[in-house]
Amino acid sequence: MAATFFGEVVKAPCRAGTEDEEEEEEGRRETPEDREVRLQLARKREVRLLRRQTKTSLEVSLLEKYPCSKFIIAIGNNAVAFLSSFVMNSGVWEEVGCAKLWNEWCRTTDTTHLSSTEAFCVFYHLKSNPSVFGSCPRKNMQITILTCRHVTDYKTSESTGSLPSPFLRALKTQNFKDSACCPLLEQPNIVHDLPAAGVLSYCQVWKIPAILYLCYTDVMKLDLITVEAFKPILSTRSLKGLVKNIPQSTEILKKLMTTNEIQSNIYT
Amino acid sequence: LNTSLSTPIFRPAVSVGNVGQLAMDLIISTLNMSKIGYFYTDCLVPMVGNNPYATTEGNSTELSINAEVYSLPSRELVALQLRSIFIKYKSKPFCEKLLSWVKSSGCARVIVLSSSHSYQRNDLQLRSTPFRYLLTPSTQKSVQNKIKSLNWEEMEKSRCIPEIDDSEFCIRIPGGGITKTLYDESCSKEIQMAVLLKFVSEGDNIPDALGLVEYLNEWLQILKPLSDDPTVSASRWKIPSSWRLLFGSGLPPALF
Repeated sequence: MAATFFGEVVKAPCRAGTEDEEEEEEGRRETPEDREVRLQLARKREVRLLRRQTKTSLEVSLLEKYPCSKFIIAIGNNAVAFLSSFVMNSGVWEEVGCAKLWNEWCRTTDTTHLSSTEAFCVFYHLKSNPSVFGSCPRKNMQITILTCRHVTDYKTSESTGSLPSPFLRALKTQNFKDSACCPLLEQPNIVHDLPAAGVLSYCQVWKIPAILYLCYTDVMKLDLITVEAFKPILSTRSLKGLVKNIPQSTEILKKLMTTNEIQSNIYT
Repeated sequence: LNTSLSTPIFRPAVSVGNVGQLAMDLIISTLNMSKIGYFYTDCLVPMVGNNPYATTEGNSTELSINAEVYSLPSRELVALQLRSIFIKYKSKPFCEKLLSWVKSSGCARVIVLSSSHSYQRNDLQLRSTPFRYLLTPSTQKSVQNKIKSLNWEEMEKSRCIPEIDDSEFCIRIPGGGITKTLYDESCSKEIQMAVLLKFVSEGDNIPDALGLVEYLNEWLQILKPLSDDPTVSASRWKIPSSWRLLFGSGLPPALF
C-alpha cells in the first residue's frame, strides 16, 4: 500500500512480483472444471519445427539434420537487420526451417492453421561453408546472440543522457574462451528479456560456449546507427570470414530502412 | 550435490521488499560462499548477469543466472539464491520441485528467509518486534528448544479471511510469496523447516535485510555475537558489488 500526495491510499505493485493474494483468490474462485480447462489449453501449447516453408515437420531435430559449429541468433528488429544486411548478404544462405508456436493467445486454434508468414523464427544455413550451421560435430558449437535494449536500462553512476549511445556490451558463458569485441556488461547490470536471457542461461548451465552482444540504444525501432553499432562483431572469431562485402551491406541496409520508413508513414 | 546429513539449506522467498533475497546476498557475500551449481527451472523468469559478488576484475566475469546454489563446507551451509520472479501459475510447481530436491539431497533442515507486509499487522504486532519465526512440527527438539531460549516471537495466527469476523484462524503470511506454500508443504512432507521473517514495507530494504541476517545470526552464530552497539552491525556484513545503483543511474546535471 502506498499513500499519494493527496492522502489517498492505493495498492502499489509489489516489487517482488508477489501478487500472491490475487493468485490465492484466483485459486479459490477457479473451480476444478476451470482449472482443468486451463490445463488442457496449456497442454495444447506447442513449438513446432517445420522444414523450409512447407508444412512438413522436421522428423529429426534441426541440429541432427544440420549439425553446426556456429549458431547465430538475432533478436529484435535492429539485430535482425544487422544479420540480414551484413552477414547473410555475403555468401548464399539457404532457409532450412522455421519454428512456429501456438499458445492460448494465438488467434488460430492450433499450429496447423498458422500461415507461413507467421513463423516466429526462421533458420538459415550457409551453403558454401559447411562449418557454419554445417557438418561439424555439435560439441564444438559456439552460439552468438545479438539483441538490443533501451539505453535507460543501463545503470551507471553517470546520467544515461551523457552516454555515447548506441554502444555494445557483452556477456559470455564460462566455456566461451575467445574475447569479446567490446567491454563485458558491468555490475550491476543484468539481462532479463526472455529470448536472450533464456538462451544464455541454458548455455551456461549446459556448458555451451556462447556470447551475447547487447546493443544499448535510444532508438528501439529500426535505425541505421543502431544496426551499424553491431559492426565491431564482424571482426570477432565467431563471425570473421562470414562477411565479404561491407559497402554492399550498407547499401542493403539503407534500402531496408527506406522500405520500413514508407510502411510506417501514417499518412499512406 | 553432496550434502552431509547435518547441512542446513538456506533459501530466500521472493517476498515483499525482496528482503529474503537481499539477506541471502549478504550471507553469500560475507561468508564468501562458492557457487556449486544451478537450480535450472522454467518456473522463474530468466535472467543473466556477471558475478554479483565480484570483488576484483578477475572474478567479475563469471556469468550468473536466476537460481544458483552456493556452499560453505566448513560451516556445512548450502544456500540457494533466487534472483527473479515466478512465472504465472508456476510458483506451486516450483515449491514441489524444490522440496523434492531438498528431500533427496539429504540435508538436515531448510531455513527460509522471508518478509511480510507491515501494513497487515494487527495492534499487538505493531507494538512488538518486527521479527517472527515458524517451525514445522517435525523440527528436531534441540532446535525447538534453542529457539525457545532466544525468546523469539512465533508468527501468530490470524483470521483466514480477514473481512469475515467469524472465520477460522490460520497462519497467513501476506506478501510472503511462496513462504506459506513451502511451510504447508514441509509440514505435510515432514521436512524440518524454519521460516524467519520480518514485517517490512517496500522501499530501501537494505536495513531490513541487515536486520534479518542479524536475527538469523542470533540462532546460527554465523558471525561472532554482536556487542550492544547497533552501528557495528551494519559494517560486519559485506555489501555485494551488485548492490550499487539500486535506485537507478546518476542524475543528469542539467536537472539542476
